[in-house]
Amino acid sequence: MTYNFDTLALHAGQVPDETFGARATPIYLTTSFVFKDSDQAAALFNMERAGHVYSRISNPTNAVLEERIAALEGGVGAIAVASGQAAMHLAIATLMGAGSHIVASRSLYGGSHNLLDYTLPRFGITTTFVDPRDLDAWRTAIRAETRLLFGETLGNPGLDVLDIPRVAALAHEHGLPLMVDSTFTTPWLMRPFDHGADLIFHSATKFLGGHGVAIGGLLVDGGSFDWDKSGKFPTLTEPYEGFHGMDFSEESTVAAFLLRARREGLRDFGACMSPMTAFQLLQGVETLPLRMERHIANTRQAVAHLVKHEAVAGVGYPELDNHPDHALAQKLLPRGAGSVFSFTLKGGRAAGRKFIEALRVFSHLANVGDAKSLVIHPASTTHFRMSDAALVAAGIHPGTIRLSIGLEDAGDLIEDLNRGLAAAAKA
Amino acid sequence: MQIEINGQAAYAYTGGKPFDASLPCVVFIHGAQNDHSVWGLQSRWFAHHGFAVLAVDLPGHGRSAGSPLPSIEDLADWIELLLERVGAGDTANFAAKTVSLVGHSMGSLTALECAFRHPARIARIAMIGTAVPMPVSDVLLGPAKDNEPKAIAMINSWSHSPRGTVGGNTVPGMWMLGAARRLMERQKPGVLHNDLAACNAYGHGMEAAAALACPALIISGSRDMMTHPKAAAKLAAVIKDVRSVSLDGAGHALMAEQPDAVLDALRAFIV
Repeated sequence: MTYNFDTLALHAGQVPDETFGARATPIYLTTSFVFKDSDQAAALFNMERAGHVYSRISNPTNAVLEERIAALEGGVGAIAVASGQAAMHLAIATLMGAGSHIVASRSLYGGSHNLLDYTLPRFGITTTFVDPRDLDAWRTAIRAETRLLFGETLGNPGLDVLDIPRVAALAHEHGLPLMVDSTFTTPWLMRPFDHGADLIFHSATKFLGGHGVAIGGLLVDGGSFDWDKSGKFPTLTEPYEGFHGMDFSEESTVAAFLLRARREGLRDFGACMSPMTAFQLLQGVETLPLRMERHIANTRQAVAHLVKHEAVAGVGYPELDNHPDHALAQKLLPRGAGSVFSFTLKGGRAAGRKFIEALRVFSHLANVGDAKSLVIHPASTTHFRMSDAALVAAGIHPGTIRLSIGLEDAGDLIEDLNRGLAAAAKA
Repeated sequence: MQIEINGQAAYAYTGGKPFDASLPCVVFIHGAQNDHSVWGLQSRWFAHHGFAVLAVDLPGHGRSAGSPLPSIEDLADWIELLLERVGAGDTANFAAKTVSLVGHSMGSLTALECAFRHPARIARIAMIGTAVPMPVSDVLLGPAKDNEPKAIAMINSWSHSPRGTVGGNTVPGMWMLGAARRLMERQKPGVLHNDLAACNAYGHGMEAAAALACPALIISGSRDMMTHPKAAAKLAAVIKDVRSVSLDGAGHALMAEQPDAVLDALRAFIV
């Protein structure tokens, strides 16, 4: 028999501890693991036996989290890393080197955009950014040296719904994998591998953890992409002198990518996750289905309230008829289009500031996906240096507010929004 | 390692070391709808401990070209051709038989039949997750022919023990059920039905077992629903020189669920 999502969220990857019978996942807060004898030590180093050697490479607590997210995503395995940014970097560094090229959606989290647009070019990896809704733009941007297509399941800031089936088909036509950042949707709202994506990463800091106490990232491999057939990924299909001359795709038909990422990327770049963090994230994942259901229910009430409010110029949420991706969201995100969205106040920057300052339940900070409701006014924080005209060009109005709807009582949230809206109207 | 057999390109993983025909050889033979990668850990150990390893992709599977062979007898002859082609256990050059065959499920039947039909160079066989006969019900054969995703889901569900279904993989970060499913999905259309039909049709396994001239090892999972341990016990009863090992709690996917225990049993038998 196999188990369904909600059961896997609680159990996948962990059997009760055989020594003491611990039901919860033990925290193996140790840097290293004692070898039984010299033969076992050599076998572990040479991948003749499975197990743990050093917690930068693998750790039993982290392994439970990795296995659990792989089960929830329908992948073959996963690697836990220090942050979502570390997961993205690990994926790119595993797939390519200097001279390679990425085609990415232009609707990205700022940190991802920075990595692609400013930092990676210094290491010889360049990116062309495209309108995620324009399939011809994706196609035109692909070059001989392209090695990856990348987008977010729900883009930033306009919640563009990535048309994964079509972008994945295009990628595969060119022998390329599609990687998606699935942080905003989590596997509870959508499983990108089911739609054709090849790699997924999460900032587990957000909804997977849900409590806002731990920074972490997860990189998941769908195991379907044929690296050999593509012929564009020598890091996975040719002997690697840095690890026993291993040809990773020969070694593992379905997990070549994860093997190289762990045996090279974690080993050499070292962006590992603490076992304590893995434990904290596991506590969050256990309640992911319940939390996501509540996130969506509260979001729908907040959206419905804001849409009809006279102080609001517009609400951008894919479940609304006027959102450009409404039909796609109905198809790919039937359980809901996330709980992070933006709306625009009729006033400008001043209205935005007044709105924020009047709130009591929403926390004013730069994060999303917490159990608590969060708010930020881009024009006075993340984008404060930009002129009103530059903001509009970036798709952000001076009066735009981003909300991350939490798990509080929906009535209390709406009352708080009303408090802010009343203050904004007087600005 | 690429080898040409019957005019077709065939592939065998050599455990991370070049194949050396002068060494005692261990041939790993995968089961239905699988490939060499199910033997990753065990094959690497033998290759790095004085053995020449051939973890094959059977014809039409994984990296080996051609169509899948329709019967266990054909598969057994193919293994013999492979050994001949690479010069493993060549009786003209070596006085002693030096080839060990290790097979899982369909591969275990192949190993048995190969040792029965071509005893000259086979020193021993290890049969993992085995039953003789190995009937496959229409409940599975039907979907294998008409609805492969459904058949793969059924096999995946039945091949893992209750513990394996939850996880706790000894290979860090790997989700056993996901990897098994993807590996089956990677095979060409039609392979699954061919393989299961070959297992179902293999009729004289008990005669082959009774006539077996070399020692045999049988490794069973106590929670194997695909090849029940009782069937393995019946098989063991007719083999003259047999050793049986039961892995407590393991399902049919023994190499994934209990890789170290499988390796330890093979070491004790072969080394």
